[in-house]
Amino acid sequence: MKISVVIRQVPDLIEPLTINSTGTWIDYEEAMFLVNEYDDHALEQALLLKEAHGGTVTAVALDFGDVEETLYAAAAKGVDRIIKIPYTGEKSPSPLEAAPLFAPVIASTSPDLVLVGVQSYEELQGTFAPYLAHALKLPYAGLIQGVEAAGEGFVRAYKEFPGAAKALLRVQLPAVLGILSASKPPRYVPISRVRAAMKEAHFEEQEGPLGEPAPGIHVKRLFYPEVSGRAEILEGSEEDIAAKIIQIFEEKGVIS
Amino acid sequence: MSARDIAVLAELHQEKIAPITYELLGCARALAEAAGGDVVAFLLGGHVEALAGQLAAADRIITVEDPALAGFSPEPYLNVLENLLQTETPRVVLLGSTTIGLDLASLVGARIQAPVVTGCTRLQLAGEQLTVLSHLYAGKMCAEVEVTRLPAICVMLPGSYRERKEGGRGQVEVRPCEAPLPAGAVTFEKMIFPEAGDIDITQQDILVAVGRGIKQQENIELAEELAEALGGAVCASRPVVDQGWLPTTRQVGKSGMTVKPKCYLALGISGAPEHQEGMKNSHLIVAINSDPKAPIYDIAHYGAVVDLMDLAPVLTEKLKARKNV
Repeated sequence: MKISVVIRQVPDLIEPLTINSTGTWIDYEEAMFLVNEYDDHALEQALLLKEAHGGTVTAVALDFGDVEETLYAAAAKGVDRIIKIPYTGEKSPSPLEAAPLFAPVIASTSPDLVLVGVQSYEELQGTFAPYLAHALKLPYAGLIQGVEAAGEGFVRAYKEFPGAAKALLRVQLPAVLGILSASKPPRYVPISRVRAAMKEAHFEEQEGPLGEPAPGIHVKRLFYPEVSGRAEILEGSEEDIAAKIIQIFEEKGVIS
Repeated sequence: MSARDIAVLAELHQEKIAPITYELLGCARALAEAAGGDVVAFLLGGHVEALAGQLAAADRIITVEDPALAGFSPEPYLNVLENLLQTETPRVVLLGSTTIGLDLASLVGARIQAPVVTGCTRLQLAGEQLTVLSHLYAGKMCAEVEVTRLPAICVMLPGSYRERKEGGRGQVEVRPCEAPLPAGAVTFEKMIFPEAGDIDITQQDILVAVGRGIKQQENIELAEELAEALGGAVCASRPVVDQGWLPTTRQVGKSGMTVKPKCYLALGISGAPEHQEGMKNSHLIVAINSDPKAPIYDIAHYGAVVDLMDLAPVLTEKLKARKNV
């Protein structure tokens, strides 16, 4: 099975986000980057399928943020081929702009299966995964929690539903799946293997056309959510706070 | 239907109308009351006509039945929805930010070349201009978005609007499929429900919930000890379950369970909208998070901006000591 995986970078939410001078998006100059969590799961799912059934995994990444670190880690994990898409934009492209960038590059890999993180927390103007499927003219299903081979030309995919339920889908290939989580957690890769990959890995480059922005959508302003102030913040040492929490539990009848 | 109408895609879960549908109807009614037009609900499924009467908050309910719509797979739903939008021409289309809505919104937006806005929490319609408030960056940022090209497809975060179950004309219109719908390349086979045997977190009075802040699997033990001291059970947000540290039956939020315990003690949970969806109606919410801007504090009753690794053992010891007095 030939699998292509999309890799995107997003700002790390551990760091405080700042708003840019126009007030319409975040300031990437201040941001630290990491791989989009769902793309990391998509990569893991691709590697699991390859290990179970053979085939190849190609990672296709936009050259944005600290993508090289992520790609070296991907190489260390066992990705066979890595393609970077040059991109000089100051902000990450919107889903509609990104789909035409990725689509021809992914199509050139003639994949049986395209795995992409179902969402990124930067998305506002639709979601990238279904737009990519549309651009590739391939069927799509998203919020997938695990993929298994199901005979020649098919996979089984488990789609999230509320109450920890899942729908079992039979997917005829080629197809695009939006991954919520892989069958197993993303693997840890030792730093020594990443360092080795930095010496050995080769990144190809292929260009795609940047798509048009979403029609009729204008971000007027970005702002921090108004804090309702509903939570009463308990102050003091850990001992003080623990005592106050127990007092609250007693007053509210949580413990007797 | 006219180009002034507001359309809602009703959702089914286990053959019942899903709660998000009533929230979408609440939003649609608010838009229609402010800017005119009818509220029209699209109800798709294998056998759904009997459920149409439950959507009385809509002025019109259009039902489409077909065996290919009996379980959700995107292609048949997409074909029907595209057809309905082209014939009914609403100016705003509301879908839930759910496993169904997220699949369909951008696909149908791409097909009919309509703008799509995700993470919507508030909508305002004036003439041909729609103003949307959206959450992004896991609830750490909000955006005010102007949409000047209609129809627009809005993907609504659960909990954004009050449910509406009446207030419309409730006219039901059965729309037959001219030919059986093709199944598409993705076909629904069956639903799989979690195995019984684990604790049912929806029945617990006290829940100690862990999020990313727990950092390592070994640290789950801290939460388990605390839960034991409180007489409760441990649950988690999605990242912890994705790591395989707790089973899916312990997951709270959009992907997991909806809980309403007497007490929800959130340890290291930032409170992304998807998590809040599953626990915001808890009677007492106490949040421990070292980030003072964590969205969990917006819905918690009490909070402490400290490292849970420091506080949890102290709290456990105090609870144990209290029992022994």
